[in-house]
Amino acid sequence: MLVYLIRRLVNVVAMLLVVSAVTFGIFFMVPKITGSDPALLYVGKIADKAAIEGIRHKMGLDKSIIEQYLLFLKGIFAGRDYSTGVDVTHCSAPCLGYSFKTERAVWPVLLDRLGVTTSLAFGAAVLWLVFGTATGVVSALRRRTLLDRFTMTTALAGVSLPIYFTGMLASAIFVYQLGWFPHDYVAFTDDPVAWFQNLLLPWITLAFLYAATYARLTRATLLDVLGEDYIRTARAKGLGERTVIGKHAMRSTLTPILTVFGMDLGGLIGGAVLTETTFNFRGLGYEAVAAISASDLPVIMGVTLFAGFFIILANLLVDLLYAVVDPRVRLT
Amino acid sequence: MSKTQTQAQSRLRKAAGAPEGFLTVRDLRVHFPTDDGLVKSVDGLNFTLEKGKTLGIVGESGSGKSVTSLSIMGLHRTGTKRGAPQISGEVWLDGEELIGADPDRVRQLRGQKMAMIFQDPLTAMHPYYTVGAQIVEGYRAHHPGASKKEARRRAVEMLDRVGIPQPDKRVDAYPHEFSGGMRQRAMIAMALVNDPSLLIADEPTTALDVTVQAQILDLIRDLQQEFGSAVIIITHDLGVVAELADDILVMYGGKCIERGPADTLFESPEHPYTWGLLGSMPRLDRELQERLVPVKGTPPSLINVPSGCAFHPRCPYAGLTGGRSTTEVPSLAEAAPGHHAACHIPAAERHRIFTDEIAPRL
Repeated sequence: MLVYLIRRLVNVVAMLLVVSAVTFGIFFMVPKITGSDPALLYVGKIADKAAIEGIRHKMGLDKSIIEQYLLFLKGIFAGRDYSTGVDVTHCSAPCLGYSFKTERAVWPVLLDRLGVTTSLAFGAAVLWLVFGTATGVVSALRRRTLLDRFTMTTALAGVSLPIYFTGMLASAIFVYQLGWFPHDYVAFTDDPVAWFQNLLLPWITLAFLYAATYARLTRATLLDVLGEDYIRTARAKGLGERTVIGKHAMRSTLTPILTVFGMDLGGLIGGAVLTETTFNFRGLGYEAVAAISASDLPVIMGVTLFAGFFIILANLLVDLLYAVVDPRVRLT
Repeated sequence: MSKTQTQAQSRLRKAAGAPEGFLTVRDLRVHFPTDDGLVKSVDGLNFTLEKGKTLGIVGESGSGKSVTSLSIMGLHRTGTKRGAPQISGEVWLDGEELIGADPDRVRQLRGQKMAMIFQDPLTAMHPYYTVGAQIVEGYRAHHPGASKKEARRRAVEMLDRVGIPQPDKRVDAYPHEFSGGMRQRAMIAMALVNDPSLLIADEPTTALDVTVQAQILDLIRDLQQEFGSAVIIITHDLGVVAELADDILVMYGGKCIERGPADTLFESPEHPYTWGLLGSMPRLDRELQERLVPVKGTPPSLINVPSGCAFHPRCPYAGLTGGRSTTEVPSLAEAAPGHHAACHIPAAERHRIFTDEIAPRL
């Protein structure tokens, strides 16, 4: 178990290295292909040659790609110094460089954005997990009834409608027409009540999308499980229907849902791009979109690493949890 | 039907007089409505089983064996739900009628008075719970007052009784950590934990390899002698019931076509289908046969059951009935004391065919 854990953690680091190397490669290659100059992006359009050279030297852009990558890694683990020869800017670890646009250090900005994204993701996750699975269970147990058909049609709509449609619609009605919800993000630490109120609509919108998937998955899995021999055995033992379904069937149904849930949550923390853009929440996804449209390469790099980290971490957690839930899974 | 009506009917039946036998099945019919038509899985089945006796129900796939056992246990989904079978007839267990009884009453009897062992012990046990936990659950379902400790002690005792080594350790193992034979032993322990007086074993050895099969059958026999319960063994393998069963019931197309004491039935089978089954069975006590002879053709459709005798399309002797086999459903007639067969071929003719043509080949 411990050996497995160590091996997996080493794996996480290796994966992140690969992700960073690939992203860095793209980061390095793109200016070459498009003919733009990162140093030029940084100083702005009107600058003299000397200033550009100075920046190029300061940002280490005159070094080879390998050196630049190693400097980048060093920045993450030990921090790095940007020196023009005259003045030295120290960027303490973990250093992801400076935004071309705002000249702010990337790491603190992303940390700040992470609060928005996690608030959004966790709140929505609770909603969709509870309502999605509950709807799926009810639907499976009332199979082929009117209720089942209604919920499954709604779920189909939930899966099919893109978030920028449902999100816009919800905003138009509940925020702008009815004025029920304010729509600016307020940090939890500033005002928990406002935090909750302002996030409620995005939570519901995002949860609707995921709950639909979970309802369908739960329904299908539970129906499968109810056909299993061990369910018949449980009934043959004389157990009540409540125990048969609530204990025996649900235990098997929730296992695959756990896997999907871990992945979804990990992916969402990496950036709920569309939701954040739709509701104008400045989270990681929003930051990514802004960085891409501005060719703000250090920020793109940082967001990618963040997203990669959370997805890989979620995978690891799901694998570990699986071993707890399913006794047949051995971690070796 | 409302609950009170059901109970009233149940009482009425009781007043009408419960049958003498421990388990009596009268005119059991289980029909499944499907989009293609009505599937008559069991169509008018009758039998009686006494305590301490073993009944073997034999037949090929789709003959209605398992459906019968699930009906007795009340394990079919009932009500007006789609796919739920229409069940009629009577099942009397120790003076109590089960088909029309309150489902909750049947649930109480399930696992306590009547228990069941299933075919594949790997899929029949929940993969996420330990073997012990699953036995404990069965015990506590019918002994609500029993403490966890007490139930666990009982589980260990049962595992020991069915021959699982180191039961106090194995009780905490998961089903996948057991071998096939051990899993079936654990299933038996689970079924017997409440000392049921009726044990139904549905193909208990089909999923096991041959050496383990014999051990499991021995175990079932030993336990039956010890507890004096009534046992129904359902199988497609006459070899399984040959040694174990006191009585044998052969099913074909949802009906009983022959039944009688095991030794008589093996010695002088009456029905051509039973001959076919015997001919397709390998025997160790005879000289090597050239080939095993299969019963020609395929099992009948249960939606469009062949007219007359359901076996007539496959029966090599159908011509001897003077055309009755296609028009008239044969009824069970006593061929010897306690030995019944449903066949239109005249008895004398049947005996001649068996002694001249069939017996030498067996």
